[in-house]
Amino acid sequence: MKNKNSKGLLTALPFLMPSIGGFLLISLIPILFSLALSLTSYSGLKGLDIFSAEFWQQNFVGFENYQKIFSGSEFWDSLLHIGYFIILYIPLMLASSLGIATLLNKPRKGSVFFRVLFYIPVLTSWVAGAIIWRWVLDPQYGVLNDLLAKVGIQGPGWLQDGNWAMVGIVLASVWKDMGFYGLIFLGGLKNINPEYYEAAQMDGAGKTQKFFKITMPLLSPIIYFALVLSLINAFMIFAQVMIMTGGGPYGSTEVIVERIYNYAFHYHKMGYASALSWILFAIVFVLTFIQQKAQKKWVNYDA
Amino acid sequence: MKKRLLIVFMVLAMVASMFAGCQAAPAGQDTPDAPSADEQVSAAPEEPTESEESEEPVTISFVNYSAIEGNAETIDRMKETFEAQNPNITVEIETLGYDDYYTQLQTRIAGSNAPDCFELEFGPFVSFADEGVLYDISSMMSGIDTNVVSQSSLDAFKYNGANVALPYSYSTCILVYNKDLFDEAGIAYPDDTWTWEDINTAGEAIKALGDDHYGIIQPVSTYELFKVVAQNGGSLLNEDNTQFTVNSPENVETLTYLCDRILNTNIAPTAQQMGSLDEWGVFMQGNTGMIVTGIWCFTRFAEECDFAWDICVEPGNKAKATHYFANGLAVSGSTQKAEAAYKWIEFLSTGHDMAMARVEAGWELPCASYDDVLALYLETTPPDNKQAVFDSLEYVVSQPKITEFSQMGDILNTELQAATAGQKTPQQALDDAQAELETVIDLTD
Repeated sequence: MKNKNSKGLLTALPFLMPSIGGFLLISLIPILFSLALSLTSYSGLKGLDIFSAEFWQQNFVGFENYQKIFSGSEFWDSLLHIGYFIILYIPLMLASSLGIATLLNKPRKGSVFFRVLFYIPVLTSWVAGAIIWRWVLDPQYGVLNDLLAKVGIQGPGWLQDGNWAMVGIVLASVWKDMGFYGLIFLGGLKNINPEYYEAAQMDGAGKTQKFFKITMPLLSPIIYFALVLSLINAFMIFAQVMIMTGGGPYGSTEVIVERIYNYAFHYHKMGYASALSWILFAIVFVLTFIQQKAQKKWVNYDA
Repeated sequence: MKKRLLIVFMVLAMVASMFAGCQAAPAGQDTPDAPSADEQVSAAPEEPTESEESEEPVTISFVNYSAIEGNAETIDRMKETFEAQNPNITVEIETLGYDDYYTQLQTRIAGSNAPDCFELEFGPFVSFADEGVLYDISSMMSGIDTNVVSQSSLDAFKYNGANVALPYSYSTCILVYNKDLFDEAGIAYPDDTWTWEDINTAGEAIKALGDDHYGIIQPVSTYELFKVVAQNGGSLLNEDNTQFTVNSPENVETLTYLCDRILNTNIAPTAQQMGSLDEWGVFMQGNTGMIVTGIWCFTRFAEECDFAWDICVEPGNKAKATHYFANGLAVSGSTQKAEAAYKWIEFLSTGHDMAMARVEAGWELPCASYDDVLALYLETTPPDNKQAVFDSLEYVVSQPKITEFSQMGDILNTELQAATAGQKTPQQALDDAQAELETVIDLTD
């Protein structure tokens, strides 16, 4: 057994080489480079000669980048903005995608068509999606405020108003992602044995009881998966922010990845940007770790 | 099992180091005879030229952002003319979208894969020059006639005493006004004698024409502000660029004037009133009396405005001040074909054909001035008062030459947006900007 296993690995290795090679070349090596760069004041403009002593003599700054990041207000502000995003986005996203999944789960005429319909935003590029939403959220000519006005509500300035811009980004993100998570939830729902519901029916359980006592527990691994994925993605939001608000108005939607991009390519501070991305990595890592530990308390794998 | 695993990991490590080797090699290999070329602007001016026989065919790569859409044809025609004059040189033109132009250019230079020559704006030019990635072309420039390309525009692209780029094209900002609305309000058209106060008076008269009317639209951003404060005798930095002077009384007064127009009299629209439209979009709707913008708006306004419009030099307060945007052409510091690359950029910068083609195509103005080219430019209307474009050159204030201008711009913009949204008073916003700039940007190095 022992022998067989390791032999398998050696046999597999040549076949894995193309993907391992690609992984090393375009992921692992640059990742390690960025760790080294995070200790330097490298601008990102010059050719990078990371193995020369001269490079390190000129650019090495120790932990100065990290120290600057933690002592300034910018990083904490962007964390706060992401926190705000998460608080709004995750419940909304879970509710809407679960809603879609339940709707699509019932055999109806045209449910395949609706499945495709909800999935279209997932396939749409963020650039197109964000531009559509910028138009939808226009304070004067936008569809959303127009609808709100019909029911007598004066809509806010959305992306042009610092208090509402993040809400606008959340709406766009939910629209974009609910099809994806909805489809995953739908898969989970289809896996639940209908006999459970029949048994519950006989015992006189109502709709809500069935949902909370059967659907939710049996769906918990999927919900957990969606939660981890969406939390990680929330920390990495970029395209929607960049196109819809560019971090504005008055910095109210500045987020970490947007900062990383600007530091690396507009402010010519690649070292600082690298440090920022490692901090982001640490945050995501720790959060996932905590969730991994906490899931034992509520995720049910018995299905 | 353990041993085998170890072997696997060693193989992996070997592969890893192999790839690492591949990556590291070009950086060292690429510039064996001019290793200092990356380091200093003034490095190795002769070396590459020696290796270049004039007969030997060379191919140079040129990357730019301005030859988009219709202009691609113009530059292709120029390339043909140039190649006919220099049969041994072939030019490969690559035009990238402006939005990620600098990201791409930076990545190529950092990856030791820089184009032989490229276009760049005045703003980022300082950062590139400071990093020493531009070639010192001072010694090659003897053939340039300063009657055609002015000494001052050549000097604008000097860094630490060395010419590291040639001026390519330029544009200025002017005041564009909607003639129809001025007629409707029964007030006189703006002219070069106007001041801020006249703008406010006229703005209110036009605002009175209707709820959805605005007097003036002018962005409140770093790019705009450094010029508007100069109109009020202020500046964002001290004279030798060693200190920020963002919250000086003159500047606070300037921002107060700009914010009042938006928040109090509302002769200028708020961000929410503008919504998803940009400044041009609002002006082209025909309800706005005036707009401060760049001369690159002419083509679009001529096509899309269904009202009469004209221009004049931007009004000032204590002084007149206008903004000047310049695009330059640089030779890469690491190229082996500097001579050929320089020939091409000199042709683009100073050539009569190129200048004429630019004006014929309604492209940005050439830095090279030829009488017949200028005559053609002035003849093309609207606007009727094209002379204002050249008049406004007399009041140019140049953008501060600091390497961290783009970060400075973002920091200041955030505070300016807070002020125009009424979240902070102008004083508070500029104080905060000053404090933030002082902590984040070190001007002494």
